[in-house]
Amino acid sequence: MNDIVLRGVGIAYESEVVVSGLDLDIGSGEWLALIGPNGAGKTTILRAIARLVAYQGEIRIGGQTVAGMSGPELARRVALVMQQPHMPEGMSVSQYVLLGRSPHLAYFGKEGRQDQQVVAGILERLALNRFAARSLDHLSGGERQRAAIARALAQQAPVLLIDEPTSSLDVGRQQEVLELIDDLRAEQGLTVIAAMHDLTLAGQYADRMALLVAGKLVAVGTPADVLTEPVIADHYQAHVRVMQMNGASGRAVIPIRGHAPAKVEERLP
Amino acid sequence: MQILARFSRPPRAAPVAALQGLPRLPWLWAAAGAVVLLGAMVLGVLVGPAHIGLGTVLQALVAPSAVDPAQASILWSLRIPRVVLGVIVGAMLATAGAAYQGAFRNPLADPYLLGAAAGANLGATLAIAFAPGSSLIGVNVVPLAGFIGAAAAVAGAYALGRTVTGLRNTTGLILAGVAIAAFFNAIQTYIQQSQTNSVRQIYSWILGRLVTAGWEGVLLVLPYVVLSVAVILLHRRLLDALSIGDEEVTSLGISARRVRLIVVIAATLGTAAVVAIAGTIAFVGIIVPHTVRLLVGRSYRVVIPLSLLFGAAFLVLADTAARMVAAPAELPIGVITALVGAPFFIVVMRSTRAAAL
Repeated sequence: MNDIVLRGVGIAYESEVVVSGLDLDIGSGEWLALIGPNGAGKTTILRAIARLVAYQGEIRIGGQTVAGMSGPELARRVALVMQQPHMPEGMSVSQYVLLGRSPHLAYFGKEGRQDQQVVAGILERLALNRFAARSLDHLSGGERQRAAIARALAQQAPVLLIDEPTSSLDVGRQQEVLELIDDLRAEQGLTVIAAMHDLTLAGQYADRMALLVAGKLVAVGTPADVLTEPVIADHYQAHVRVMQMNGASGRAVIPIRGHAPAKVEERLP
Repeated sequence: MQILARFSRPPRAAPVAALQGLPRLPWLWAAAGAVVLLGAMVLGVLVGPAHIGLGTVLQALVAPSAVDPAQASILWSLRIPRVVLGVIVGAMLATAGAAYQGAFRNPLADPYLLGAAAGANLGATLAIAFAPGSSLIGVNVVPLAGFIGAAAAVAGAYALGRTVTGLRNTTGLILAGVAIAAFFNAIQTYIQQSQTNSVRQIYSWILGRLVTAGWEGVLLVLPYVVLSVAVILLHRRLLDALSIGDEEVTSLGISARRVRLIVVIAATLGTAAVVAIAGTIAFVGIIVPHTVRLLVGRSYRVVIPLSLLFGAAFLVLADTAARMVAAPAELPIGVITALVGAPFFIVVMRSTRAAAL
């Protein structure tokens, strides 16, 4: 129902090709992590699914093409949490989260009681209710990330796209946010696609991961399939040890001291 | 609906309490605005070279036939239409200013940002210099030319901005507006300097005035202003939504470009209409919305209706001051609004420390 299919997806900014020939299937209710070195095109793929960039090829959600949906229709299917969401000064948390109801309103529509109740429920679920009246610029990093997720949840979209959910959070807040996403996924059957640069975190929480290098898909599978020492050495030019953690497919990636990554010139063919 | 049920079910089945922290129109401020506006209007009607008392004014409103015809004529054909025009022009400029600030997410935006003032000035200058006193289908050609000039300048800026950045961001549009305004100003200045006998008239038009208008002016601008203000008021929620940025608002299913285009067209139409009648009165579109923000917060759901109210009051007061300060002569109203506006603007900029620029 909420499965996502990408076929031959190519994305270019100006004339520079960022993603090319991408085929990917994400099952309903699955957590897929997009991983890859900086500039691999992870964020760009999320933006394409949310139709914020033009793309070639086809993206379908639940069998329906993204290109054929109206803006509100797409926003009722897909919610996007950006890496650094813009949080306007002086706007309250409840007002911000209420913006997530936009796809359910007519152009000149106004949020009704039901919308407010949905938002109140989400604020309570995310332990944000005591911040409801607080201005966004007075929130800590973890609270801001929760507010951004709350706004996305207010869309009540079955697909959640999330870009680097843990960047600039301390380890406790990282765990808090990822556990929250995991719980919400279980509660609501969300399909989660997350761009993640921390391989260990991705290896703990994702069902499957897709490794991208320079806009091309080079490996896809469970963390156990993708996070191997040779694969990481090949594509990240990193010397690491991969350990099994949290079940058969969970993986942790630890850099080995004393092994500098290959220099740039050595990596060039 | 299924997902909704999940949210409204546990953790607690009791109905969720009213959501805290949503912007609500502060009725006390709205009432204060209405009182100030009413006071300004009464003052505006009372002040003038001929002394007319409050009793006579009230009588003229209730039973015009019981008032001395000369006084009734002064009230009904000069002072009252002038005050009403002040209400309309002030409300429009302040509302349009707030709308431009929201559409461009820029606190320095004003209704003249995309060249409306430069266009109106050029249009009016051309009409005053080359077709003095002429009319077209019964309408004085000067306001008509001002209106066309303002609309043409903004349309030109929009078209130019579109070719430069494809409207992906507002910077291209604002720069296009700056370029168009500079170009139109250059032509306008050239014509003004070369037509020495109409320089004074042109200059007085540019500084703005409500004096020559009368009911004809009121009826001319009213349809545009009503339409413009209605469209802007209907966009209050969407202007708040725009504040999270074009990309994020797009991901919520709202077309930022469409909202911006509609709001800019509406605000420009109303601005062009009032500028055509009253000249390019400065600063109202900036200082009124900013004052409202300082007093009651930043949500456009509150800023727009209160700007409308306080903008009307401010312009009526400014016009009354323009008539009183150098009586029996009149100062151009733009001098008063800028004289109060400029220092005020500096205070606003300092108090916000230009953080949002």
